[in-house]
Amino acid sequence: MKKDDSWDINFSNLIEQDFSDNSSSMSLKRREFLKLMGGGIVILITVGDPLSLEAQRRRRPPLPDDPNAFLRIGEDGRVSCFTGKIEMGQGVITSLAQMLADELDVALDSVDMVMGDTDLCPWDMGTFGSMTTRFFGPPLRDAAAEAKAILKELAAEHLKIEQGHLITKDGIVYAKDQEQKKVSYAELTQGKKIARRLKQKAVLETPAEFTVVGQPELRRDAVEKVTGKAKFSGDIREPGMLYARLLRPPAHGAQLISVDTSGAKRIKGIQVIENEDLIAVLHEDPEMAELALKEIKSQFKTPEATVDDKTIFNHLLKVAPEGETVSQGGDIPTGEKLAAQTVDAIYLDGYKAHAPIETHTAVAKMDGDNLTIWASTQTPFSLKDQAAETLGFPPEKVRVIPPFVGGGFGGKTSNQQAIEAVRLAKITGKPVQVAWTRAEEFFYDTFRPAAVVKISAGISDSGQITFWDYGVYFAGTRGSEHFYDIPHHQTVAYNSSWRGAPGSHPFGTGAWRAPANNTNTFARESQIEILAMMAGMDTLEFRLKNLKDKRMRRVLEAAAKQFGWTPAKPPSGRGYGIACGIDAGTYVAHMAEVEVDKKTGDVQVKRVVCAQDMGLSINPEGSKIQMEGCVTMGLGYALKEDIRFKGGEIFDLNFDTYEIPRFSWLPKIETVLIEDRNAAPQGGGEPAIICMGGVIANAIFDACGARVLQQPMIPERILEAMP
Amino acid sequence: MEKIIRFKLNGQEKNLTLDRERMLLWVLRTDYDLTGTKYGCGEGFCGACTVLINNEAVRSCQYAAEDLDGKEVLTIEGLSKNGKLHPLQEAFVKHDALQCGFCTPGMILNAYSLLLKNPNPGTKDIINGMEENLCRCGAHTRIVQAIRTAAKEMKGGSQR
Repeated sequence: MKKDDSWDINFSNLIEQDFSDNSSSMSLKRREFLKLMGGGIVILITVGDPLSLEAQRRRRPPLPDDPNAFLRIGEDGRVSCFTGKIEMGQGVITSLAQMLADELDVALDSVDMVMGDTDLCPWDMGTFGSMTTRFFGPPLRDAAAEAKAILKELAAEHLKIEQGHLITKDGIVYAKDQEQKKVSYAELTQGKKIARRLKQKAVLETPAEFTVVGQPELRRDAVEKVTGKAKFSGDIREPGMLYARLLRPPAHGAQLISVDTSGAKRIKGIQVIENEDLIAVLHEDPEMAELALKEIKSQFKTPEATVDDKTIFNHLLKVAPEGETVSQGGDIPTGEKLAAQTVDAIYLDGYKAHAPIETHTAVAKMDGDNLTIWASTQTPFSLKDQAAETLGFPPEKVRVIPPFVGGGFGGKTSNQQAIEAVRLAKITGKPVQVAWTRAEEFFYDTFRPAAVVKISAGISDSGQITFWDYGVYFAGTRGSEHFYDIPHHQTVAYNSSWRGAPGSHPFGTGAWRAPANNTNTFARESQIEILAMMAGMDTLEFRLKNLKDKRMRRVLEAAAKQFGWTPAKPPSGRGYGIACGIDAGTYVAHMAEVEVDKKTGDVQVKRVVCAQDMGLSINPEGSKIQMEGCVTMGLGYALKEDIRFKGGEIFDLNFDTYEIPRFSWLPKIETVLIEDRNAAPQGGGEPAIICMGGVIANAIFDACGARVLQQPMIPERILEAMP
Repeated sequence: MEKIIRFKLNGQEKNLTLDRERMLLWVLRTDYDLTGTKYGCGEGFCGACTVLINNEAVRSCQYAAEDLDGKEVLTIEGLSKNGKLHPLQEAFVKHDALQCGFCTPGMILNAYSLLLKNPNPGTKDIINGMEENLCRCGAHTRIVQAIRTAAKEMKGGSQR
């Protein structure tokens, strides 16, 4: 399988982008942006843009500031909202529509979302990192506010009434005191673009003025999804479309020695492609393509395996690059001198699969020298460039249309399947569907990396943490910085990316829902509870004693209230645990109750309380669904999920051996949203998953005294750690 | 050797000509363009391809089309009648019992088969009955609630 390395490298830069410096004063001038964008938009204003620095650094077009790029009012009064983001279950199809409807003053029901279509939507880096609301939300609101202001200007001229005497509601501009004097947005625009621009920046609604934002709304795609009408990439049908199956190596790194496709060629209606690394069979019937693939005889040479799922941790420590300091304060030796008790621990975490129920799928169609791709992808605009580069096409000849995506979790970002479809469509001249089998999905997954965390920490006689020396290997830095009140501390990352340098991981690794933070939070929160136990203190009391951060205190207290936490020294035998953390700007605290079978080591999580402070929640119902989803999905990595492998050979290739959470695993889940309408909205799709390892580890310890230092916490590890 | 299989698909008589072994999943998705039935794992482990055959939930990726002769198949497309959502579909909407929606048709049909057998299931019955259907987004809690709501609806107004 050809993998274009340059793309991987570029992409990893994108997804690990740090957005903390968005407010930087540095910005390109608007006109220079337009040059980068090309194409006939004439806007002569020069303003700063919060995304400018990012845009400059990535040499990518920024979001346009023309409202027409974000919305279009149809003749029938329906409003199309254009976003480069895609819908994969996280619910932005609802929350973005809420933001637009509120700011534009139209009914939510009148908004139609157009998502990820590279011909229609503004350029977007990709849907990941819980960034949609945080970074696409503000420009969308600006666009809607400007559009509304212009519509009011136009209405004032139309009705011959001063703007100050006009109000807007549900897509209609009214005279304040004479409601019969009115004109609708649709009448004003007549289905055309809004030609006028506002001279000054439009004034946004204040949180007190929100009527749609902050209201719980049901998913707007639910009816399509419960009736089977919702289209995913594999549901696209084009006349003459061929289903492709590709020859795959038995292991990563294996080399093709010989191939004989004569058997496959004997199948009626089959097309066999042998093009460099690409060996594929195509047929109008997907089962015939599958049959033909089985007729191909091939020999691969597999390199000798040097690591497996047991030896990987020593291997990683051996090949780890020099550390980079993530954060630092005070002086560790001083903190060590102040400590009455110290503890060193090493935490391990294995590889995890994304395992969306929809496998990577794409349909590519050539039409003259135009290319259209429907793909399950979190990065349609990257795919457009990748496809153009693959075929040597100008990018404007390529259109990517992402239908609904059947789960992503960070795994649908590299677009390998779509590029395979593109190459085959070009070679055959026919529309081609590539839909990975479940085995291919596991094999080519960019796993959450195996990782090691080493922590050395100490406490004073009074239970104050005096030092914290934290080293993280290969997980990534997200969530590695502690937020406790510790005078002497350092956090060092050895391989700061979730993608390893060559020679570290035997296969691809990448971002996995709240990347790095799941591993880091497991390690940090486990260590905190070990310290609490050494101090002989209740673990909530110990945390609060060592915590000044007001937001974190507030979420912990909210979780404790809902849970009904009562103080006890661990292990109390009750099976209660706590973990807290920060991800994508959002604060979360979890409390859990587990039951451990001391004979078998089996764990049943009985109850999980999750408190979350995400600032303003655009759609509180949607936020809660994400929290529940995070809690449920997080049970998997905490308790069972672990990719087994030898060298580049993956042993877990379906759900029979790779266990993901099932109905019987379900705890009672209680979610608490800490409402803060005046605070900027933060991430929602990922934060609540980060605590699941830590909270379960701590609850297991509280239940039976077994301190498990490795995820997943399978029964054998629990029994081994039992006192 | 060709044979003709006669069966009912969402209430309509169908004649399907078979010249080799084919799996129902692909017959539905390619011959009849009923794409609501999904491929998830291809080995019967995930339940995304669940359909009803004579009111029993089956994994269509494992079901040979030739065994359909004389039987009735119900797919997600056939569940709502005259444009009105089935109570299960309504309950899934009302409870937001889905996220990405890819496992949803299989979940709903499996739940339907469960309710046909046990119109008044307790939470444990629902969990046991749904255990082999996988959802990666974590909509489980709401799916259980939706099935409970639908069970009440399906028993009719008199018992509400």
